[in-house]
This record gives sequence, C-alpha cells and structure tokens, in this order.
Amino acid sequence: MSKLFPKCPKCNTSHFISFLKHAHYVCSKCGYLLRLDAAIRVKMICDKRSFTQFDENIRSLDPLEFPKYRDKLDKSIKETKLNEAVLTGTCRIKGFPSTIGVMDPRFIMGSMGSVVGEKITRLLEYSLGNFLPSVIIILSGGARMQEGILSLMQMAKTSAAVKRLNDNHLPLFTVLTDPTTGGVTASYAMLGNVIIAEPNALIGFAGPRVIEQTIGQKLPQGFQRAEFLLEHGMLDMVVQRKQLRSVLGTLLKIHSQRPYSYH
Amino acid sequence: MSHTEIKKIKAIDIVKLARHTKRPTTLDYIGFIIKDFIELHGDRRFSDDKAIVGGIGFLENIAVTVIGHQKGRNVKENIRRNFGMANPEGYRKALRLMEEAERFGRPIINFIDTPGAYPGIGAEERGQAEAIAYNLYKMSTLRTPIISIVTGEGGSGGALAISIADRIYMLSNTIYSVISPEGCASILWKDAGKADAAAESLKLTAKDLFYFKIIDGIIEEPGNGAHEDHESTAKQIKSTLISTLNELLLIEPSTLIDQRYQKYRKMGVFSE
Repeated sequence: MSKLFPKCPKCNTSHFISFLKHAHYVCSKCGYLLRLDAAIRVKMICDKRSFTQFDENIRSLDPLEFPKYRDKLDKSIKETKLNEAVLTGTCRIKGFPSTIGVMDPRFIMGSMGSVVGEKITRLLEYSLGNFLPSVIIILSGGARMQEGILSLMQMAKTSAAVKRLNDNHLPLFTVLTDPTTGGVTASYAMLGNVIIAEPNALIGFAGPRVIEQTIGQKLPQGFQRAEFLLEHGMLDMVVQRKQLRSVLGTLLKIHSQRPYSYH
Repeated sequence: MSHTEIKKIKAIDIVKLARHTKRPTTLDYIGFIIKDFIELHGDRRFSDDKAIVGGIGFLENIAVTVIGHQKGRNVKENIRRNFGMANPEGYRKALRLMEEAERFGRPIINFIDTPGAYPGIGAEERGQAEAIAYNLYKMSTLRTPIISIVTGEGGSGGALAISIADRIYMLSNTIYSVISPEGCASILWKDAGKADAAAESLKLTAKDLFYFKIIDGIIEEPGNGAHEDHESTAKQIKSTLISTLNELLLIEPSTLIDQRYQKYRKMGVFSE
C-alpha cells in the first residue's frame, strides 16, 4: 500500500495521506473507519506530548511452544515497533489526567495473551494506586489461541482488576472499535462504566461465521454492529471518531467531581 | 503403567474421554454427593436456562450452593439442555445463586462441563459477552469460598464464566481450553479434521494445566475413566471437596478475596 496515497480497504479509493489524517482516517467516499495503529490513536485522543508509556520491555514468550507463534511475534514486533498488542501509559485528555490503553490491529489482531492481560492489569492497578480514571480503546479478535489457557485466564485477571477499581470508586471508560470480539469483549471491554463504540464496529462474543455455522442460517443485516448493540442496551453511545476526544474529555470532567463524597 | 507409557496418551484421546456421553453429569454428581438438594431456577430477568443447573443442599453437614453446566445423555436430553451450552440467562442465573450463597454464608461448588457459551443470535442480542464479563467481575470478590471442578469439557469463556474460584481441580480425563481443538485446527490449518494435532498444541489436559499452575490439583478417575464408575468418581470428588472446604472455611473473607485476586494476578508467562 502506498504510504502517500493509502487505499480505503472497503471501497478501494485512494486518499492523499494528509487529507485522510485530517478526516481522522475515515474514508470520505464510503464512510469506512480505517483501523488505526495505536500510536496514531494516542495522538488523536491525548493532549500534545502528554502520553508517557508504561512497560516497554515486557515481552511474550512461547510457553506452549505453539506452531509458528515465535515467528508471528517476531514479525509483529518488527512491523509495529511495539512490544505487544496494547500500548499503555498515562496521558491528559482535554487537560484531565488519565491512564490509557490502546490496542493495535497489526499485532496478531489485537489478541490478548499473557502480556496484554498483564499490561492492562498493571494499567488498572496504576490507576488504582494513583486515583486516576482509565480509558481503554479496544480492538481485538479475542483471547490469543497461541497461549492457550494462559490467555483465557487473562480474562479473569483483568476483570478482577476492574472490580478493584470500581470498588474504590474509580471509573473505566471503554471505546469499542472494529472489531471487538471474543475474550476481550467478554472481560474488560463490556465492564466499562461508560461503554462507547465507533460507528459500524463489529462487536460480539462469538464471531459471525461461527454463529452462522452453528445455527445454519444467514445473519440479519447489521447484526453485531455498534448500532445493533446500542439498540439492545449493550452500549451507552456510538460516537463519531472526530468527536471521540471531546466526549472522553467531558466524561473525565464529569467524573473528576464528586459532589456527594461520603465514601 | 510406567511414566513413559503415561506420556504416550494422546491429547485427543483425553478430549474424547472428556466428551464421553456416558460420563456423569452435574445432576449425577449432585445425586451422589449432595443431601436434601433443592434445585432453584431462573435468572429473574429473562428465562430459566437449562444448560446450567443450580441449587442448595448439604455436603455432609455443610450447607452449600452447587452450580454446574448440564449436558444430556441422549439427543432428546441434549436438545433440552442445549448440549450444555449456556445463553446469557444461564450465566445470570448462576450469578444470582452465587450472590444468594454469599448473602447466607454458604460456600459455592461449581461443576464445569461445557463445549462453550452458545453462539447464537439471541445470545448475542441479550449480551453473551456482558454476562460472562460480569460473572468474572463479580465472582472475583464474592465473600464466600468457591471451589470449581472441571468434570468434562472446560470450553473457553463459557467454562470460565462460572469457574472463578479459590481452588480449581480437574478430573484426570478432562480438558480446559481457550478454544476447541476443532476450532483451533480450522483457524490454523483451515481443516477442522486436524483436531488431534491442535489438541496436542493447545496443552489442554489436566496435567498441562497443573504444570502451568492454573489448577490446584487433579482428581484421579477410576479405571478407564469416570464413565465406567460414576459412584467412585463422585466419592473422589466428595472427599476433595470436604477437605478443601474445611481449609477454606477457616479463612476470613477479606483474606479469602485477597488471595483469590493474587491467584489470578499471577497467571501468565512473560519476560521483562
């Protein structure tokens, strides 16, 4: 793909990169929201130069000696220049301090193995220790198959960390982007105190193909899309990408106040 | 059997044993282990999911809440039980019963045996992911002892959703995995038929999980497996439950939930 004229993966239209940037990486022709690298997302949401990264040196191992996993990891690290599928740290959004986690589509489709679970848990524990709200921008195919049961247990670990936050009256805001499926949806994604989704994002537990195979029929139009989840009461709002920073800023502002603070 | 012979047992053979249709189900175990059992029904929100059963009774002289996935033994029963694959209301029923257990100071015993959470339209509409996530969230701080036992298939999120515990055991011919061997094979090799290789790669047997420090112990099955002798399998489970409960009942609640947090906090393998 040309770096100067990237193509919309949906309608194939080429866009001049600076126009695309200006449009928050939304295709002006078909409205498709391009999947964003974690670093681009950080720039889009956080105040200038406010992001400080956590845990840059933690690395996945291959505890199961799973076929081709090492190669996949090496390739992802090289391509993304990230240590894993989530980038975490502290930042300010519209002046309000917060911790932030952003998942990256290029790193084994944002899947959660031991390191993603650990980085998310540390992020939440840092928020707890420093009385900060947490924001997580989610993009994930689910628990990472290549780390087997260890990946599954990250769902329990991260969910327990969210519980501790909430028990101490600290909020988590989750932003579900395309796609948010499997074990990540069924843990911290759906545990946001406010849950936001980007337009038309695929959000679900089971993948659409698995459901089709199981029930042996075609799925209805719009099934498992953000607007469908909003309609079924699973989300608080669907927010356009260009409004996201401002909505998060307002959420942080409201939650920074506690007029009735007896606990 | 010598050590090398044990090593030769293939993962796929254990998968087959774990799915054996003659294995005892949750209600079978309850029949052998729990006195004065009263089954309780419904999530008070939508319906009564028959893929998960739960109720109250006595383990020896200890009042307990027991919950488990329920498979059928034939096609008719399995259709009624949805093959042990729960919808959101199943997980919500389980949580309701667990919160009742906490309220009345009863320990919780969970039997895990499911191919996974049901992948269906209604399940997604009613928030399958939310139901599972919320159980993980709430169970992490329930102020009463929880023991979970994998008695067959520990199928991914659908198993995890009722298995958060202070102690986790697996019967010796059972599995617990992030994905089914068939699902894994179709992703990896575009061929669900290569399930035996996938089963090997996933490291999903009781021994594997003990090695990775995910479970606290393995309960040996009699003879060639639990399907051959329900009663003595149940006896083995009962004695494990009683000795574990006697230990857990002495721990005060804040320590108990702190230890539970640390138990899951430690799970994962990485370098830095």
